[in-house]
Amino acid sequence: MTSDAKKLSLLLLFIPFALWIALLIVLPHIGMFELSLKEKIAPRVYEYSLANYKNFVTEPIYWNTLLRTGGVSLLVTFLALLIGFPVAYYIAKVAGKRSKGALFLLCLIPLWVSDLIRAFGWILLLRETGVISTALQASGLIDGPIEFLYNDATVVMGLVYTVVLFMIVPLVSTLDGMDNEMIEAGYNLGGNGFTVLRRIIIPYAMPGIVAGCIVVFMLSAGSYLTPILLGGKNSSWFTEQIYDQFITRYNWESGAAFGFVLLIFTSFVVWLGLKLSGQTLSSTVAKS
Amino acid sequence: MKRILPAIVATLALSAANLASAETLRLLTWGSYAPDNIIKMFEEKYPDIEVEVTFSNNEEMIAKLRATGGAGFDLAQPSHDRIYAAQLEYDIYKPLDLSKIDMSNMEAKLLDGVKENTTIDGGVYAVPHQWGTSGLMADKSKAPDFSGWDDLCNAQYKGKTSMRLKRTILLGTAFSMGEDPFAAYSDLDKYQGILDKVADKLISCKENVKAYWKGGDDLQAMMLSGEIVASETWDSTAYKLFAENENIVFIPPSTGALAWIDTFALPRKGKADDAAYKWINFVMQPEMVKLMSASTGAMAAVKGAKDLLPDDKKAAVNAAFSDEDVQNLKFFANIPPGVEDMEGKTLEKIKAATGG
Amino acid sequence: MNTSTSVPDLECHQISKNFGSVQAVDQVSFDIPPGSFFSILGPSGCGKTTLMRMIAGFESPSNGDIRIKGQSVLGTPPNKRNVKMVFQHLALFPMMNVYDNIAYGLRCNGVKRADIDRKVGDVLERVALPDLAKREIHQLSGGQKQRIAIARCMVLDPDVLLLDEPLGALDLKLREAMKIELKLLQHQFNTTFVYITHDQSEALVMSDHVAVMNEGRFEQIGTPQTLYHKPATSFVAGFVGESNQWRGTVVDSTTDSISVDVGTGFKAIATPPPGAGLASGSAVTVFVRPEHISVDRAHHAAADASAKTNELSGTIDSLLFNGANSRVLVRDLTGELIEADITLTGGLDDPKPGESVRLSWHAASALCF
Repeated sequence: MTSDAKKLSLLLLFIPFALWIALLIVLPHIGMFELSLKEKIAPRVYEYSLANYKNFVTEPIYWNTLLRTGGVSLLVTFLALLIGFPVAYYIAKVAGKRSKGALFLLCLIPLWVSDLIRAFGWILLLRETGVISTALQASGLIDGPIEFLYNDATVVMGLVYTVVLFMIVPLVSTLDGMDNEMIEAGYNLGGNGFTVLRRIIIPYAMPGIVAGCIVVFMLSAGSYLTPILLGGKNSSWFTEQIYDQFITRYNWESGAAFGFVLLIFTSFVVWLGLKLSGQTLSSTVAKS
Repeated sequence: MKRILPAIVATLALSAANLASAETLRLLTWGSYAPDNIIKMFEEKYPDIEVEVTFSNNEEMIAKLRATGGAGFDLAQPSHDRIYAAQLEYDIYKPLDLSKIDMSNMEAKLLDGVKENTTIDGGVYAVPHQWGTSGLMADKSKAPDFSGWDDLCNAQYKGKTSMRLKRTILLGTAFSMGEDPFAAYSDLDKYQGILDKVADKLISCKENVKAYWKGGDDLQAMMLSGEIVASETWDSTAYKLFAENENIVFIPPSTGALAWIDTFALPRKGKADDAAYKWINFVMQPEMVKLMSASTGAMAAVKGAKDLLPDDKKAAVNAAFSDEDVQNLKFFANIPPGVEDMEGKTLEKIKAATGG
Repeated sequence: MNTSTSVPDLECHQISKNFGSVQAVDQVSFDIPPGSFFSILGPSGCGKTTLMRMIAGFESPSNGDIRIKGQSVLGTPPNKRNVKMVFQHLALFPMMNVYDNIAYGLRCNGVKRADIDRKVGDVLERVALPDLAKREIHQLSGGQKQRIAIARCMVLDPDVLLLDEPLGALDLKLREAMKIELKLLQHQFNTTFVYITHDQSEALVMSDHVAVMNEGRFEQIGTPQTLYHKPATSFVAGFVGESNQWRGTVVDSTTDSISVDVGTGFKAIATPPPGAGLASGSAVTVFVRPEHISVDRAHHAAADASAKTNELSGTIDSLLFNGANSRVLVRDLTGELIEADITLTGGLDDPKPGESVRLSWHAASALCF
């Protein structure tokens, strides 16, 4: 009787999650997948085929854009790690208990502002007649105005800024769990700063690093506004491609196929990253 | 909790009352096409109708209606060239009952044009509302000789021009190369040939372009700050800038500005057709047209529309258009099925090409 | 401190450390001869951990000098000092196996691969865990972890091994076993161990010498026996071992005997601290260890009663049975509890709660500060 009641309460607890997964994730994806397998034969006439996927494979523009998106996202991930690690280390190990909370909050502040506003903030700073260019001219460092906007470097910077927090959070939580004794032991046994970092701190933080990288890579590859608004004439982004297929070209079938290609591609990159770093999903993302 | 519950009950009661006594008119339209003052006056005249507005653009209007099979809205306002193919393809509109629309005041040329473009199996699917053009604008003090689409690619203005990477620039460039893309709609192979030529031209032109603008806001910012001196533009955007800086004028390209007409069309599963007709007739009254044009910056499809423009807009239009320019307008032709895909591919090719 | 002619492994000279206005360590000096087991014993917060961190190089002293094998190490960073440390929570690296944990220090020193193999094998042999090289850390038992932590340090041949209460996390049984084992390991490696603890039994059992630390200062340094039997200060007398304590004022004092009025009508006769003549009227505390108090039934007049200078009557309040180390709590006439060691044989003759007893002890075993 009591075990039945327990089972029931467990079931009730599980239901919202199951519904969420089923209704908002699984079902739409099944629908999208079905859509991606349709080919338009004539107006209002569709047939099942792999034409949309074939279309992706045979058109270099599409897979080049995908590879570009993946490459830039990897760069963003790497930079976010490079910037996020010292910040996380400072918050977790160097900062005092009280300033820790404040610093964490500071990192969160950019999230209080919408993507769009953040991107416009960058635009105001970086445009040819923007704050930075004007300030540099006023200080006499440059002669004419410089355009910082509309290139890939700006896109990378904007993305890093947007995602770095998602790198910092898991890193702080793993580094927080690391006993300071461990670092001192590393020095005590003869390691210099670099050895301690390489042999002790980084291996210890590996689950957090991998978790952060996965989240950041996914966010970056799936982002839309930042690359569109900050990108230049040549900065194609795969999500833009998907949007165009859906909205501008009314080609939902192809857009759905592209969506799945992106999903498979990012999953593959994550899988590869896990293999190379010798981690598993359960030891990284699930842990932190 | 104590205060939330009555609130919920009240809300439910209110919406139930709405269902019973008042109708809701759900508008799917462009930003600025349903200004608050007009909605207020409409609701005063028809107290049992409540107006709900969703702002959108051509592509998203069709995507939204396609997703629901034409449900969720009672009146949509796509451009005249976005009705025929979309209806054939997705069946999202229903034919209008023209007897319920007061067409006496409408500009006959525009009305006939829209009717002709949107008649399927004898049913008329749209009537005109506002019209305007896409063309060029330039800062006369910095680019006095700017006159045609191909000037965007003129090395004289290198790094100082902009365009939107959408179909308008493809069509404009095609006209400037001496082609007639609308005529080629009936022969898609020929149209593909034109698109290829246009793509080559625009790829080589990339170096000349500072950035592709994405919306009215970034275009205005670039133009006002002087970062660019000329650009492809909507006329209404140019008129707004004219109010800020009289040197910035709309320039109908020498090959003719491309004219669009935004229409009224009924979504297939709309539920408040009568209210929709009432709205159409209401906003097409001359006194409303004046308010509407003040908000949209575009001209209404009524007789003597130019005189119904607010004074500052009238000045901008007069600065831009001569009578010849008006005669030279190229109305967007119906987009046949398949053309959007061809144009989309061409645009992707241009974007992906590594130019300047 | 015994005087050794060889250079001490570790010398601290007048070292002090303050954090802001807090004086954590105050002018501490000591030296440790090679190969000895030296403990620093003190309550938590007495500055012993700070002292150890200064020796290891994680803190630098505000004043004074630290010398290892006669060389000052003040400017030497922690990774260059040949002082290794077993941390409180051992700090084994969880992402490496046993072999890599032990090899870590050797690799840092650039030892050749073949030598690493040999040395790791050797040291595992010496801590009697030869087959554990490939184990992961989380697969080890508490005692095994302890030994690996020591092996990880000893493989580097340190001049001094610091141990920071490493037994604290173990359960009682294992802690008792490890005490003996640590002592044996120290003998075997013949390296100087400096052991930090707040547990006096750990310090007394294992050490050759113990320093008792309180409020940043060393109260006394000596062999465990000296500390126990001849404490130099009242803190040492109270902290090391167990004592009955009476506060009172001196009423009469000679060089080898002193009378203290503890205010209850009882006049305690005690031995004064060497060299310090206590004047009449000064406030003192009298310490008497439970094992020095004899318990006799009140109606049995003890034969040697005259030999014992202190006598008190009371009733047995309770018996604390612990085999040969059993103890009795006696309530004296003023209501204070006094502890005394007795032997309970389990026979009918054993004292029982409620019985009247007479307590007595020699003046020589009553210390007064």
